[in-house]
Amino acid sequence: MASSCWGLPSLLCNAPELSGSTLRQMRRTIDTGFRDLVRAWSPWIDAVTAPLQKFLNGLESLFVNTPWIVVFVALLLAAYAASRSWKILIGTAIGLFGIGWFGLWQDAMITLSMVTVCTLIAVAIGLPIGILAARSDRAQRIISPVLDVMQTLPSFVYLIPVVVIFGIGKVPGMIAVVIYATPPMIRLTNLGIRLVDREVIEAADAFGSSERQKLWNVQLPLSLPTLMTGVNQTIMMSLSMVVVASMVGVGGLGRNVLQAINNQFFTMGFLNGFALVAIAIAFDRASQAFGRRLQRHSEVRDD
Amino acid sequence: MTEQKMTGQNQTDILPPDEEETVPGIQIHNLYKIFGPHPARYVQAVRDGMTKADLNRKHHHSLGLKDISTDLPAGRISVIMGLSGSGKSTLLRHINGLIMPTAGEVLIDGQDVAKMSPDELRTFRRHKTAMVFQKFALLPHRTVLENAVYGLDIQGIPRRDSTKRARHWIERVGLKGYEDRYPSQLSGGMQQRVGLARALTNDAPILLMDEAFSALDPLIRMDMQSVLLDLQKELGKTIVFITHDLDEALRLGDKIVILRAGEVSQQGTGEEIVLHPQNDYVRAFVKEVNRGRVVRLRSILRRKSPERDWPGLRLPGATTLEEAARRILDTSATEATVLSRGGEPRGVVTLSDVMENILTREDEI
Repeated sequence: MASSCWGLPSLLCNAPELSGSTLRQMRRTIDTGFRDLVRAWSPWIDAVTAPLQKFLNGLESLFVNTPWIVVFVALLLAAYAASRSWKILIGTAIGLFGIGWFGLWQDAMITLSMVTVCTLIAVAIGLPIGILAARSDRAQRIISPVLDVMQTLPSFVYLIPVVVIFGIGKVPGMIAVVIYATPPMIRLTNLGIRLVDREVIEAADAFGSSERQKLWNVQLPLSLPTLMTGVNQTIMMSLSMVVVASMVGVGGLGRNVLQAINNQFFTMGFLNGFALVAIAIAFDRASQAFGRRLQRHSEVRDD
Repeated sequence: MTEQKMTGQNQTDILPPDEEETVPGIQIHNLYKIFGPHPARYVQAVRDGMTKADLNRKHHHSLGLKDISTDLPAGRISVIMGLSGSGKSTLLRHINGLIMPTAGEVLIDGQDVAKMSPDELRTFRRHKTAMVFQKFALLPHRTVLENAVYGLDIQGIPRRDSTKRARHWIERVGLKGYEDRYPSQLSGGMQQRVGLARALTNDAPILLMDEAFSALDPLIRMDMQSVLLDLQKELGKTIVFITHDLDEALRLGDKIVILRAGEVSQQGTGEEIVLHPQNDYVRAFVKEVNRGRVVRLRSILRRKSPERDWPGLRLPGATTLEEAARRILDTSATEATVLSRGGEPRGVVTLSDVMENILTREDEI
């Protein structure tokens, strides 16, 4: 314990704490209570997660079993449709080809299917919550600290209850990723809507807009650049989180990285890491270019 | 000195101006607006004479508007004038319920805006009012045409019909050929034309203009004032225009309400305000006004002495003094007959009457 107390009494020197036995007792009570609760509810939990599991498996096998050239072309088309940029198209092609060349195609597809689902879910959850937070200051006051916890709590920590409840597999992995990836979407939706020019909002009111008309005609379109940043951040968060999620049984590039860490496979670690980076950059550039393209009207000047 | 004597002497044979009859379009009665968490608590105190400063210091509420009563004539342009912080924008927003009064009423067609439910208010805004904003408040992601149909979109009118109406007004405000441009591609003056087209496309009887031309360059501003006056000749809408510029107020306003620190300082026609400022505050504003362009013959004409004939030069009562002086000099006459609204001879003015009134300075009265 603290050897030098600067001559202070023990009460002021050592932080006051519960006795060891009380702490043990407390931990045991909560842990067993939680476990019993989960056990009692497990049929329900299984019933809910089973279709989700099936969906995730189905999507994964769709990505994996489709001939590589089809996925390759589809991804390139998507990248080009979003960005309308040859540079991004060629970059994506080189990245994807490299992933295949080093034998990581199948793992990359597993990761990609996971990231796609997680991003869609995170956006679907984050957007309405962000709108709610933007509409009401009270909602914002409640949501904001929750987001702080979601973002700062080490991801390994909330993996524990997720695993206790859902076990090992894709569903808990997905939940962990979504928890991590949703906050930026909520925050940026909230911010984007709150930053919309007050006078334009007033104009919408003055012409008799209903709340819904105001949302669709004014608030969402005008906050679109910020919303797209949110989507972009969500994708990036999902990609970085699939590595952590591999600890609870999500396959793909993340699992390879985990194996490489455990076995000190230097090359394998870096190859998989770079594969993730390639996917991340492709997604990032394409989604940002898409966001800029939506804002065309503010960039064009008199010709 | 001589001015004073003369004005006194002549007072007897000056005819009162023949005012036209107007119908009130918007009636505002004893309107109070207090900003703060518990505004209703302090209305009575303010009625009993608590000052703005006291309310702010003792109760941390701010007095926006105090006992405003005015009738804004239907089918005319009313201008609410005041410096920043006078409450003019706040007053304007009471007319379409963007701000609700703490006490008092705003009657339009016998309906009190302050008592409308949110649904009624929305319907009222959609069909009865349109608004033009200082910083244009256009939707940047919509083209000129799409901006113009905005009000009709809200009303649920199909684009097939709404674009036809919008194109008409875009052409009327002089933006034909720009329908597919985005606001960011247009100059400030052109953007405000879009704002005007958007408001006109809504086809509402009441048009609210919040410092609509204040952000524009002086020349473009004059230009827009002319556009508005031309349009108003055929539209006959009830327009409420906010400005901090007395010249703009005098040019546009059939009626002018001058606000100061949330209270009406003076209201009346431009001529009434220029000729008879009621307090030092208004007097200070009026001092720099070019009277020759504001005062009209009907305000200075004299009775014709019965033994004389009507002078040959006949001028309508609405002729400005500046214009009248030019006309009289052009015909090398020294006096003119002034006609009533009905076109009948009503009185006479001499060139020296006209010149004296043009050259009178407020501080000489």
